[in-house]
Amino acid sequence: MTQMAISPPAAASEDPRDRGGPAQPMLIVDGIRKYFPIRAGVLNRTVAEVKAVDDISFYVVKGETLGIVGESGCGKSTLARLLMHLIDRDDGHLILDGDLVGEETGVPLDGLRRALQMVFQDSYSSLNPRLPIEQSIAYGPKVQGASSKVAKAQARALMEKVGLKANLFAQRYPHELSGGQKQRVNIARALALDPRLLILDEAVSALDKSVEAQVLNLLEDLKRQLNLTYIFISHDLHVVRYISDRVLVMYLGQVVEIGPVDKIYEDPQHPYTQALLACRLSMDPEERVEAAPLAGDPPNPVNPPSGCRFHTRCPFMEDVCMSKAPSLGDVLRSSAQDHLAACHMVHPGSGHSRAPLAVRA
Amino acid sequence: MWLYALRRIILTIPILFGVTVICFALVQIAPGDPIQNLLSPTASQADAERLRAAYGLDKPLPVQYVIWLGKVLVGDMGMSIANNTPVTGEVLRAFMNTIVIAMIAVVIAFVLSTIFGVAAAYRSGGLVDKAITAVAVFGISVPTFWLGVILVIIFAVNLSWLPATGMGAGGSKGFDYLSWSDFRFAVMPIIALALPPLGIMTRTTRSSLSEILNQDFVQTLRAKGLTETEVMIHAVRNIMPAAVAMLGLQLGYLIGGSVLVETVFTWPGTGYLLNKAILTRDIPLLQGTILVLATAFVLINLVVDLAQSLIDPRIKRS
Amino acid sequence: MTDAVANSLAVAPSQSAPTARVRSYWGGVWQRLRYDYVTLFCIALIILIVLSAVFAPWLAPFDPYKSSMANRLRPIGYKQFLLGTDEQGRDMLSRLLYGGRVSLLMGIVPVILATVIGGLFGVVAGYYGRKVNMGIMRTMDIFFAFPSVLLAVAISGSLGGGITNQMLTLTVVLIPPICRVAETATSQVRNMDFVDAARATGASTTSILFTHVLINVMSPVLVYASTLVSISIILASGLSFLGLGVSPPTADWGLMLSTLRQSIYVQPLVSAIPGVAILVTSIAFNLVSDGLRQAMDVKA
Repeated sequence: MTQMAISPPAAASEDPRDRGGPAQPMLIVDGIRKYFPIRAGVLNRTVAEVKAVDDISFYVVKGETLGIVGESGCGKSTLARLLMHLIDRDDGHLILDGDLVGEETGVPLDGLRRALQMVFQDSYSSLNPRLPIEQSIAYGPKVQGASSKVAKAQARALMEKVGLKANLFAQRYPHELSGGQKQRVNIARALALDPRLLILDEAVSALDKSVEAQVLNLLEDLKRQLNLTYIFISHDLHVVRYISDRVLVMYLGQVVEIGPVDKIYEDPQHPYTQALLACRLSMDPEERVEAAPLAGDPPNPVNPPSGCRFHTRCPFMEDVCMSKAPSLGDVLRSSAQDHLAACHMVHPGSGHSRAPLAVRA
Repeated sequence: MWLYALRRIILTIPILFGVTVICFALVQIAPGDPIQNLLSPTASQADAERLRAAYGLDKPLPVQYVIWLGKVLVGDMGMSIANNTPVTGEVLRAFMNTIVIAMIAVVIAFVLSTIFGVAAAYRSGGLVDKAITAVAVFGISVPTFWLGVILVIIFAVNLSWLPATGMGAGGSKGFDYLSWSDFRFAVMPIIALALPPLGIMTRTTRSSLSEILNQDFVQTLRAKGLTETEVMIHAVRNIMPAAVAMLGLQLGYLIGGSVLVETVFTWPGTGYLLNKAILTRDIPLLQGTILVLATAFVLINLVVDLAQSLIDPRIKRS
Repeated sequence: MTDAVANSLAVAPSQSAPTARVRSYWGGVWQRLRYDYVTLFCIALIILIVLSAVFAPWLAPFDPYKSSMANRLRPIGYKQFLLGTDEQGRDMLSRLLYGGRVSLLMGIVPVILATVIGGLFGVVAGYYGRKVNMGIMRTMDIFFAFPSVLLAVAISGSLGGGITNQMLTLTVVLIPPICRVAETATSQVRNMDFVDAARATGASTTSILFTHVLINVMSPVLVYASTLVSISIILASGLSFLGLGVSPPTADWGLMLSTLRQSIYVQPLVSAIPGVAILVTSIAFNLVSDGLRQAMDVKA
């Protein structure tokens, strides 16, 4: 199960940290689940649960960038925090380069922490306002046992690496930095433990467009230099297309579509993905959409709709959509080139009038 | 709304329970053995044990607590050691004297603080603002018992306008707040009580008013052509729910904090009773008074919260 | 844009580059405080009061305990008695200087003790949340059911007078409000992303608390604690006034006020002096804490 045949990634490499070989995915997420209890009433009892992340499975190939998109509130950030073990998952497994994470036999949490790091979105709360940025970056290495001097030298080298002159910036406090500079510090801090997989949670969303482009280019360069794998979470479809190799689309805590970036953007299978893509602003005035393709807010994740969770907003809704939840298929056994969608319209014999009649080759 | 009220009332129960635990503990932390005080010096060890059993003091503490709580719930708070009278009656009589002057003081403080707060916020940073802020700082920093002494020096000693202490003739035959010959005894206690809440409420009113005056919707009102006075009325209306809540809270503090002022003026309220209990080391009386005052404070807070949630629907604290 | 990126990847740090002079947090606080003359004046006043209390044995013109029946209740400026004498003929100025020792001690020591204890409980409650928070904060709520003066009188009245009991009482009274402020500040910091970033490095809870949480919780707690000094002084003098503080021969502002109360008809001005000392000290501490709050309000 942990060893499976996947086409080797484009940027195969000889990394001394590699354990499972180039074909082993960097990270496998298997059936991960997180429900948040809602307490209410006089006695503060649990009356319902928010299904923030509901049975999600996927893998990340070594050296690729996996983009994760979806509306706000669909569980993207919860997923990121689950992967980082910042919140406990209710169910599911994580397999890091062939080893189970967190359980007795697998890699200890400490090992996961060194291999997996995260760049946070909100640059206001992501840096300790009372620490000079050099110390913010040096904190991780110090925790992992580096001497104060070594950690500092490392922090300064990293600052240069992300484009901040150490002499000018080392002693500054976060409030003396611009948004773009703070985000560079954030990236430097995440790199300080020499991770292999970086989770970027809306890492450029709060930046001006010009600064955003600079940081994106920096990320591309760092990825090549340091042999990194990225999970890039964003609601900005343009940015995701620019940076990703593959894209995963989330809706109400579930994966609705996954596949290579070009297939997703040029031939979206799921009506939700189609609607999301139609929402993008076009540069061509003739092609601008006037009517919103996605009407209304996403349904309440406390009581998600029965059957297909998207049926309340889907233009192609039929009876089968209300009664039966479409499956995405076995993601973990699929190849990285495969394009999967959780929609009755793509599954032959599903009962939907638009479903293909013959089994696809 | 009703759910909020119910929830708020239910949350009060454990607090009141905690209050009784603390009041019960007061007797336990008091030094000295209560039994020894009751015994004659010649009494034997066996006499002591018999008396201890008679008062139930030989039982474990939780049992003693439950017995005590059961009595308190039916209104029996024991006997005062000094007077040998029931504590309950004495405390309730004193409580009436305290709550009336505390209410008058807090209403005066509320009215004046609103006027001062508006005047200070009207020209923020101006001379009036500075003067009012100075008065407020004085009110917050002044020890009330010293203020009482100063008032006595000025109005009783130097000017002989007001009586220095006590309740006068009204103390024995029923105090009439509407007749000046009785009420003049209450004037100085009320002033001394009113000053600290006046300082605190003026400061709060001023700062919340100037905060509101800086908000966007006020600019819109000005842009619509409202006069400054009309704008101020809008702003005052906005802070009223919070100000009313503040009033209730201050009333609670006054009832609890009246001990010093009442001691200075020998005003026969709960504070004076507390002072008497301390001087004579009358622990049952001390315990009973504290219990009544703390319960009153909790209930006032409850009423304030409920009233505020009625006035201001935004407030739904958990 | 490409230039910027090319620059950003220049790994070799250039030694000749200018080093930035950056002001630390406390440097910034001082910069703001420098031009706040009211606060500076009050700080100076407090230093003066503290010094005069500390050096009371050298500054006091007379023995504060030596009474004289012949010189009872002399007015201000009578002969060598600058501030007159009290009801036992003791020099007021000397007693005021000595009295400052007890009163300042009562203002400062309970606040320090309560800040350490209450702060600890608050940080633990705020950081761990859930059941720990429930347990600690609901217990504190019970103490909030008592107005502070009442709680002080209740505890002190049961324990009896004396300097240790007074200090203990004030500490217990001040713990709940400090605990609440520390808890609020901690739970705000705890939800910040930088704490998650620190957890993601595998740091221990202790390390995170000391490096990331305490440093951010400290300034709101300290500012709040500074407002309590004046409250503690007033509470302490109130307890002494009720006879729950130091025992009589010892000089203490609250106690002096209480014993001189009988003499207001004879020497009203002299009787009011201890109250002036309490008032001035309390106002000074109040204004300093106001100034500190403004100066420490740093935008992160």
